[in-house]
Amino acid sequence: MIDTIVKNGVAAQIRDQQGPARYLISAENISLAFKTKQGLHPVLNDVTLRIKKGEFVSIIGHSGCGKSTLLNIFAGLLKPTVGGVILEDKEVDSPGPERAVVFQNHSLLPWLTVYENVRLAVDKVFGRKKSKAERDDWTRYNLKRVHMDQALGKYPMELSGGMKQRVGIARALAMEPKALLMDEPFGALDALTRAQLQDVLLEIHAALGNTVIMITHDVDEAVLLSDRIMMMTHGPGATIGEALAIDLPRPRNRIDLLDDPAYQHYRSKGLRFLHQLQRRNGPE
Amino acid sequence: MKNNLSFAMDDGVSLEQREATKEKGASKPLVCPTKLNLNAVKPGYLKSIGTRAARMFGRTFCVCLTFAAAIGVWSAIQSRFAPDLPTPAQTWTRAVEIFSEPFYDDGPNDKGIGWQLLYSLGRVAAGFSLAVAVGIPIGLIVGTSRLIRQSLDPLIQVLRPVSPLAWLPIALLVFKSVNASAIFVIFITSIWPVILNTASGVAAISKDYLNVAAVLRFERLEMARKILLPATLPHILTGMRLSLGIAWMVIVAAEMLTGGIGIGFYIWDEWNNLNVASIIVAMGLIGGVGILLETVMNRIQRRFQYHD
Repeated sequence: MIDTIVKNGVAAQIRDQQGPARYLISAENISLAFKTKQGLHPVLNDVTLRIKKGEFVSIIGHSGCGKSTLLNIFAGLLKPTVGGVILEDKEVDSPGPERAVVFQNHSLLPWLTVYENVRLAVDKVFGRKKSKAERDDWTRYNLKRVHMDQALGKYPMELSGGMKQRVGIARALAMEPKALLMDEPFGALDALTRAQLQDVLLEIHAALGNTVIMITHDVDEAVLLSDRIMMMTHGPGATIGEALAIDLPRPRNRIDLLDDPAYQHYRSKGLRFLHQLQRRNGPE
Repeated sequence: MKNNLSFAMDDGVSLEQREATKEKGASKPLVCPTKLNLNAVKPGYLKSIGTRAARMFGRTFCVCLTFAAAIGVWSAIQSRFAPDLPTPAQTWTRAVEIFSEPFYDDGPNDKGIGWQLLYSLGRVAAGFSLAVAVGIPIGLIVGTSRLIRQSLDPLIQVLRPVSPLAWLPIALLVFKSVNASAIFVIFITSIWPVILNTASGVAAISKDYLNVAAVLRFERLEMARKILLPATLPHILTGMRLSLGIAWMVIVAAEMLTGGIGIGFYIWDEWNNLNVASIIVAMGLIGGVGILLETVMNRIQRRFQYHD
């Protein structure tokens, strides 16, 4: 009895010293270089990013700086040249549903309906744990969460961009991931639709407390949604330039925030960072 | 507050839905570009009338005109250069005779044209099904594995241009049966388009679908069943449509060589009896069945087509 307490205590202590263990998911010393004809082309240079459980972290930077590459490494879809990803104390080097991805271009399977697209994921992840009726319920429940329960029988080609992305989010949520990875999920949407989806995401995050890593190039979006914004420098050899903790109370409301000086402060800080980068590197 | 939010969002959905239906409506005329092009050729005065009935009438009229011209040319050639050819009228009389009793059966060497046709269709069905059953898995493997593709490609490239009829002697030698040999020839005809189209379909699969499969940790078989097969199905069906068209052409030639029964043999037999009118009737029938097969395959293909 005493032995186990002591042992646990020591284990916890070691974990504390190691650092990463206090976090749900972390990228440790990630570097990535592609081989080209001109030799090695460095994309990411020594990126370390640690995320606590329930934290919403955005990564912003100019297009082409390697943000999406970093997310794909978190997802396991890309392997870093150096470094690794640790999820709950264990290194992960292949993709899995516990790190569900919301892809930039929704990536719904066009031959399946809205319901079937989500059900495919539910069947795969919960095929053994849940009965058929439970899986049906769970599929419908997740589509309801993104307000898509009226379009179960529709095919992706019949949906607008915003609706497709709602289904993409429902599919990812339905996997009950430990970390939700979002790769510029609203980048291709018009401003109104984008705002609606951000509200959906706020609502879901408030209800479930998901751990989220989101790539975006929209400072407003990052400030509205995140607990922390990581600002990436330009490639080649991009790394995290500055971290910005967003200390705004939740639940957040986009209209109320407009007149909030703190919100303005964070927003201008983010914009200034991106602007400085651009000046340093000249126009793209 | 929360109620307000969800109300706004519900409204958003309906807005988007409206937008989606609008988009759908706008994209409708693009569904079948070939047909549109045909319409663009039609004379200007029809465009001004513009009603569907008038367009239908105009099209039917043009088609009738084409056939009338073809029969006119046939008539002219027959009367000026080739008096041995039957006239269109004689051929028509023969057609009425033939189709009045398509399923008569006077022993193994004298059967109605319906039987001949069914035997040919049966052989095509057998050879074609075999080719599909063998060709799709091979195509999936060739498309997935670069090593296998590189190893098999030269062999496929060498065998593909060989006329299927060249296989007939070898088939006769191996199978020692006329029927099996004809089926084998159809199999060889059909398999190349199926393999090549399936493989190119696999190669064209969007990286997005593979990423989804990776995140869901699909195993090899699940991957083939749930992603590979549905994603490549339109390509596979294209291959099947192409090969069925060629198979229907090849069966006539194969049966001419193998004899026995079948629409190809029928033509050869009528040639030996110098019943040229029957041959022309059979040609018309082969063409009609060809169109039917093509239409059926087109329907199936459209059913499984998907759009991103």
